[in-house]
Amino acid sequence: MMENQKPLLSINNLHVGFKMRQGFVNAVNGINLKLNAGQVLALVGESGSGKTVAARSILRIEAPGKITEGEIEYQSPNHGMLNLHQLKAAGLQIRSIRWKEIAMIFQEPMTSFGPMHTFGNQIAEALIIHENVSKSEAYDRTLESLQEVGMPRPAKVMKQYPHQISGGMRQRAMIAMALICNPQILVADEPTTALDVSTEAQILKLIRDRQETLNTTILYITHNLGVVFNIADQVAVMYLGEIIEQAPVSDLFISPKHPYTEALINAVPRVDTDYTNRKSKVIKGNIPDPYSHPKGCKFHPRCPKFMKDVCDTAKPDMIEIVANRFVACHLYSNTQENLTNEPGKY
Amino acid sequence: MNQENTEPIIEIKDLCKYFPVQGGFFDKIEGVVKAVDGVSFEVMKGTTFGLVGESGCGKTTTGRMILKLIEPTSGSIIFHDDAEPVEITTLSKKQMRQIRKKIQMIFQDPFSSLNPRMTIEHIVGEPLRALGMKQDVEYKNAISDMLVKVGLSSDYMNRYPHAFSGGQRQRVGIARALMTRPQLVVADEPVSALDVSVQAQIMNLLKELQKNLSLTFIFIAHNLSVVKYMCDTLAVMYVGRIVEIGKSEDIFKNPKHPYSEGLIALIPKTFIKTKLDAIMPGSIADGSNLPSGCYFHPRCAYAKDICTKEYPPLREYENGHKSACHFDLQLNGV
Repeated sequence: MMENQKPLLSINNLHVGFKMRQGFVNAVNGINLKLNAGQVLALVGESGSGKTVAARSILRIEAPGKITEGEIEYQSPNHGMLNLHQLKAAGLQIRSIRWKEIAMIFQEPMTSFGPMHTFGNQIAEALIIHENVSKSEAYDRTLESLQEVGMPRPAKVMKQYPHQISGGMRQRAMIAMALICNPQILVADEPTTALDVSTEAQILKLIRDRQETLNTTILYITHNLGVVFNIADQVAVMYLGEIIEQAPVSDLFISPKHPYTEALINAVPRVDTDYTNRKSKVIKGNIPDPYSHPKGCKFHPRCPKFMKDVCDTAKPDMIEIVANRFVACHLYSNTQENLTNEPGKY
Repeated sequence: MNQENTEPIIEIKDLCKYFPVQGGFFDKIEGVVKAVDGVSFEVMKGTTFGLVGESGCGKTTTGRMILKLIEPTSGSIIFHDDAEPVEITTLSKKQMRQIRKKIQMIFQDPFSSLNPRMTIEHIVGEPLRALGMKQDVEYKNAISDMLVKVGLSSDYMNRYPHAFSGGQRQRVGIARALMTRPQLVVADEPVSALDVSVQAQIMNLLKELQKNLSLTFIFIAHNLSVVKYMCDTLAVMYVGRIVEIGKSEDIFKNPKHPYSEGLIALIPKTFIKTKLDAIMPGSIADGSNLPSGCYFHPRCAYAKDICTKEYPPLREYENGHKSACHFDLQLNGV
């Protein structure tokens, strides 16, 4: 990754909230992210950490949520520099970017297709709208893109409805649809979570190939750390709407800095470990109630390295402890010396 | 859990379930899908037996047949009660009620397996009411004791399921399953709908409960790292048949069937980049239109001529480790 290049997409201090009967919920709470061209950035976190909401804000489909603060700057090849957060969510400009330049693979292949239209119609629609091609050309290219994602019997699938094919095949159709306009940014929201390992591997390979051949920039959202290790260059870990650590992928796994990251890595049962006489480590407690986040560092009630009067009073700032490694934790806020007090060898 | 236990709690022999495929005029039966086709295994008391495979391999159908939630087409299931062995497949509905006290199930989806209109007390107490217990002090105490055992507070008794997170709901489901003091629990993907951190909590809870209440688990899952963590013995299923069975560590260290090898190799691991190419292309075979010979041969890298002609028998290796492959392959485990 080149360091000094201008990022394709940069998110600055983004806040997204939901107005609920019980109060206002800040799902995304001031996150900063930079997406460089050709990079695969993984956004990791438990459910409820705000990763999906953050990603949806990029395409401005965050409704019923609302962007209350912050900026999303996007370097568009057709429109120049754009402030996505200022665009109207239903306006012409964002609609010309959605799918054409930034496309998304949605999490649930079951519900993200309309049940009343064939795959052929739904996928070709994107082309007809964005590229102004004739119907027959759109159908030819749809067939081509279904073949590209390894769909068995693509011509038949084009005439089929979502309920007629399996989850893995629906997810392939979803990917074909997301890639059909050759977007420069692909947002993939847990694209393999509902799938078997063998299908998962095939889909990961597909996404990786795409990235290598067309240099597509990918924002990959997942909670599966094994998948992260296999696909990402950079990882950002989210907890309760905040990014608490960001690092290149191998650094993050070899020496996680934030106690939450460390705990998350340790909680995954591993196939190459003998568990006959030990238990996998557990993060105590649950994600707190969204209406009342803890004071100070939001992870402090669950943190094994909790420091009284420090962690529960002040919110830690995001600091760069080594080049390219960012962490928001009081363990590192004073000096660099703390680094010798290595939390977590893995 | 690790004591050598040689007494089986349940023996399953040649269990089959064929679902009819209907179509055409008057829903005529046009063929069958062999969802489970001649599955045999036994589970020892106090151990955890894993059933693994891709979706559609028949693992859930097998689990449900043990509780007779699905009526088997043929085969036998012998449950070793304290007193004497019982053949489950021939029991009447009424007799089955008594057995269900001893065999319970934990369901996959904690969001749809709890009735949203019932309080936690009502949900967890339902098995007791079904057995005719009066709703007295003893009943309430039993429920609150069980809630504490699964790591919930007894204050939660009057709340409704919507007030709980996925992990807490799964705990409620576990409490409900354990209310009747079962000996055997069939857990159908109990952690696959949960986050990793919660997953670990629930798996540790199950292990702890197993130790304290001397339970036997049949653990159905598609996630092999979870299975590795939970199970003592393991059966890998492919299109309705067991292709490999044995001690969990033997299978992971030394898989004998190319399908198990593929499944293990494809788990996305931290620290090892998975070779995504060329491992098990395609998807699980269609149950109504099976390939000739070994069902796995269209996806198998080792397939030879014989594989397209004959279905291989289960061959036994050391330690009760069996595999249905024509070849004695040297495969790479973990």
